Amino acid sequence: MTVLAVNTQDLAGLNWPAVVIALVQVVLFIVISPLLVGLIRQVRARIEGRRGAGILQPWRDLRKLLGKDPVRAADSSWMLRVGPVALVVSSLLLCVLLPLVGTLSLDFLPSDLFVIVSVMLIGVVALALVGLDGGTAFGGMGSSRHMTVAALVEPTLLLSVYALSIPAGTSTLSLIVGARLDTPGVIISPVSVLALVALSIAIMAETGRLPIDNPGTHLEVTMLHEAMTLEASGRDLAWLELGSWLKLAALLGLVGNLAFPWGVVTEFSVLGVLIGAVAITVKVLLLGVLLSVGEVFLAKVRLFQVPELLAGSFALAFLAVTASYLVA
Amino acid sequence: MSAVTAGLLLQLTLAAVAVTIALLVAPAWRSRATGLASAALAAVGLATGLAAMTGASGTLTIPVVLPMDALTLSPDRLGGLFMAVVSAVGLIVSLFGMSSARRGPEGSRTAWAAMPVFLVGMQLVPAAADSVSFLLAWEIMTLGSTVLLLADHAARASVSSAGIWYSAMSQLSFFFILAGFAVLAGATGGTSFTAMATVEPGSFAANLAFVLFVLGFGGKAELVPLHVWVPRVLPEAPSHVSAAMSGAMVKIGVYGALVVCVRLLPEAPAWWGIMIMVLGGASALYGILQASVSSDLKVLLAYSTTENMGLVFLGLGASMLLRSYDATAAADTALVAALLLAVSHAAFKATLFLGAGAVIHATGERNLDRLGGLGRRMPWTAAAFGIGAMGAAALPITSGFVAEWMLLQSLIHGGRLNGEVVSVAASVAMPLAVAVIALTAGLALLTFVKAYGIAFLARPRSPEAADAREVPVMMRLALALGALMVLALGLLPGPISEAVLATVASSGAGAASSSADTAVAAIGISGVALPGIGAVLDPLLLTILAALVGIPVLIAIVLSAAKHPARANDLPWGGGGSRARPRMQYTATSYAEPLVRVFDDVLKPTRDVQVTHVGESRYLVERVQVEQKVTDVFETRFYRPMLNFLQRFGIVVRHVANGSIHRYLTYSFTALLIVLIVVSL
Repeated sequence: MTVLAVNTQDLAGLNWPAVVIALVQVVLFIVISPLLVGLIRQVRARIEGRRGAGILQPWRDLRKLLGKDPVRAADSSWMLRVGPVALVVSSLLLCVLLPLVGTLSLDFLPSDLFVIVSVMLIGVVALALVGLDGGTAFGGMGSSRHMTVAALVEPTLLLSVYALSIPAGTSTLSLIVGARLDTPGVIISPVSVLALVALSIAIMAETGRLPIDNPGTHLEVTMLHEAMTLEASGRDLAWLELGSWLKLAALLGLVGNLAFPWGVVTEFSVLGVLIGAVAITVKVLLLGVLLSVGEVFLAKVRLFQVPELLAGSFALAFLAVTASYLVA
Repeated sequence: MSAVTAGLLLQLTLAAVAVTIALLVAPAWRSRATGLASAALAAVGLATGLAAMTGASGTLTIPVVLPMDALTLSPDRLGGLFMAVVSAVGLIVSLFGMSSARRGPEGSRTAWAAMPVFLVGMQLVPAAADSVSFLLAWEIMTLGSTVLLLADHAARASVSSAGIWYSAMSQLSFFFILAGFAVLAGATGGTSFTAMATVEPGSFAANLAFVLFVLGFGGKAELVPLHVWVPRVLPEAPSHVSAAMSGAMVKIGVYGALVVCVRLLPEAPAWWGIMIMVLGGASALYGILQASVSSDLKVLLAYSTTENMGLVFLGLGASMLLRSYDATAAADTALVAALLLAVSHAAFKATLFLGAGAVIHATGERNLDRLGGLGRRMPWTAAAFGIGAMGAAALPITSGFVAEWMLLQSLIHGGRLNGEVVSVAASVAMPLAVAVIALTAGLALLTFVKAYGIAFLARPRSPEAADAREVPVMMRLALALGALMVLALGLLPGPISEAVLATVASSGAGAASSSADTAVAAIGISGVALPGIGAVLDPLLLTILAALVGIPVLIAIVLSAAKHPARANDLPWGGGGSRARPRMQYTATSYAEPLVRVFDDVLKPTRDVQVTHVGESRYLVERVQVEQKVTDVFETRFYRPMLNFLQRFGIVVRHVANGSIHRYLTYSFTALLIVLIVVSL
């Protein structure tokens, strides 16, 4: 059983390699997350026979939004201002805490599974409250559906990572990734495959992708995420968009590292960090292309069938956990 | 005389003084004077509790004329913790009441005289060292709370009905607890806790007493299916009383369960743990499900209390199960998590109920569907309620998060001990428990986003909400104190968890295992580590990190705001059309509609749709009226049939006792005859 080394003696002496890696992760993901979204849209457009706007379009959108006056409803509260910032900060925290470029984590802030989930939930809540604060029917509708899905995803999310944590004997994600790198046989074990499938479905639901939500629509019967951002504009909207993109990129990065841990930095070196950065970029973009291709062939399921899909993924995750206790 | 003894004496004196003040002081000054005296009583209780919790001991013996042992008040460390918790809640509740219960039935002489009685009853239960004084204090607490609940019974019929439910369920609890103590006293021959703890583990008496205690204390702690009084009583009581009941009194039920599991019957077989886990898990899920679909702010908070107590019992049960498999580190962590959850629930639920009280004070409404836009009108209340809601939703930097984190950590590491699977039961129970907690946490998130978002954000849905004004200073002070407690418990988990661990490590043989002092440790500035499990949490550093990554965002905002100031517009986007009216906003009912559909089978909602057509047309609709009601399944399916049966039974039995003296004489004669025959055999 790997026990986390609890380092009490050097409070002031920061673990500099971990700090550098965290910084690299944040900067890298701010750069690549709009590219990822651009790539997803571009691939989809090409498959559907359109020309597409180019993979740099999300970047251009961000620049445009930051250069506009935000217009807010006269009777909206501070939530419309603070909510988008809370979302983007929670997503940035995900980029700091998750093992993306390297598995070195900050001494007192290990990438603990439950801490990460709750940091992500802050973003979820902020977005839902922004949706309500607009004071329109659409915002409330999106917020209600978004929270319903978030509530039902929670068990799958926790159980699937619980299943992954059992072989490693810890709930710290960086140690889980490290353990998978040491014994790659674990990755293709049935338990791990079940857990990864369940986790992927949970992440699709969390990030509002098909088949749970259609990110490319503004049709009232299907909207989840888009309905909540309808009343936001200018920089408020920019933060909401950037926050959601960062979350998608970071979670895809996590799946990438769990399924294919090679390339992750375990010992600090400049070359290693470069390799790690390139590796995670390639993984995230590849998963993005896969996601995009998959989405072309999927239709959005009816909102009231989403629980069935999630129940299915929950069953997989539960099976994975009990199997890893009883079989392993 | 030790400090604790002096504190206990002072509490009894102050309670008597407060009651006298309530009875004698003129109505204009009654709420202020009695509120202040109650606050003083609570403050002394807090000091005594903290002293007992940190290891000071003291005994207060009250001799009685009856042929039994003297009543002994001697709080141990665990008792001290609970005395401190109920007193802290009592303090903010008294301050709030000074301002909120000034006029009308809530501020009546009877209601104010009951307040100190209720408080001192709650303070003395954890101080009791024998079963007789425990039960006596328990009844004082019930008496005080019943009178407080009934304050408004003359004006509203629902209050009287709540009073009947409350008395019946309280008496049921009391009966079970009394029976439990009687079984233990019979088996060991003593009424003090130390004597009772000598009962042979695994004996029939121990098992029977345990089941009775679980039913009794579970009823007070609002566990399913004994929770039926909760959605009636907590919403109908005056808000500061609901805060005291939910924040403090319910904790006394938890304390009772802890006394049983840690002090009286520490050597638990695995099935006790599983039984408590099942009860707790069912309560957590059912409570939060009902809370998430409720549109009444106080009913929502009441059901969420059932949820939180369910989680506390889930932790307690997990700790018993793990201890029976010798997974001590995980067991101790689960126990500390359960206690932390109880403590943090006291802080956030008291704040939330007081927040609801402030909303009612300002608008006269507790129906969420008629609120809205209060955040701009009542910023203090909104901030305090928001922090409380974050705690209830277990979001980081609040107390609820630390407790749930610790509980989940103990569960996911509890299935294995030194790399070996401890048992098949544990390897199924632990994942199920994690799933229950996860679903509960997810639904709690939705519930409190709904409660906060619908009440405090967007536009007012009624004229009352539009005209709301911020509440007076004293109420704001109470709210601010409650919110600060929630944040302090969440930001400084290290020292607090260590102190909580010390309270269980010292009471009872079971918890004082070798690893007890290493299960939880403070680390860094204020963080908490679980060395036996290998997990670290430092909310303060997490906050600092969030601030650091937030700096670039803030810089970007400042730069952008200089060039592009925000514009307020009455018609910003309006969903694409003309500005919709406030009535067109989503309400609490519509917010929960998808959930009602998903959990249709559990909630069994009744839906009534009435369509009025224009003239003879089948296609033109003049108006549509939709009514949806979600009732408590346990009440309609379990209690109603039982009550109906009892009523029918009563009617039948009435013929036996028809008032005729001849018939009664025949009965006594027959009885005497039977006794004589039996004796002569």
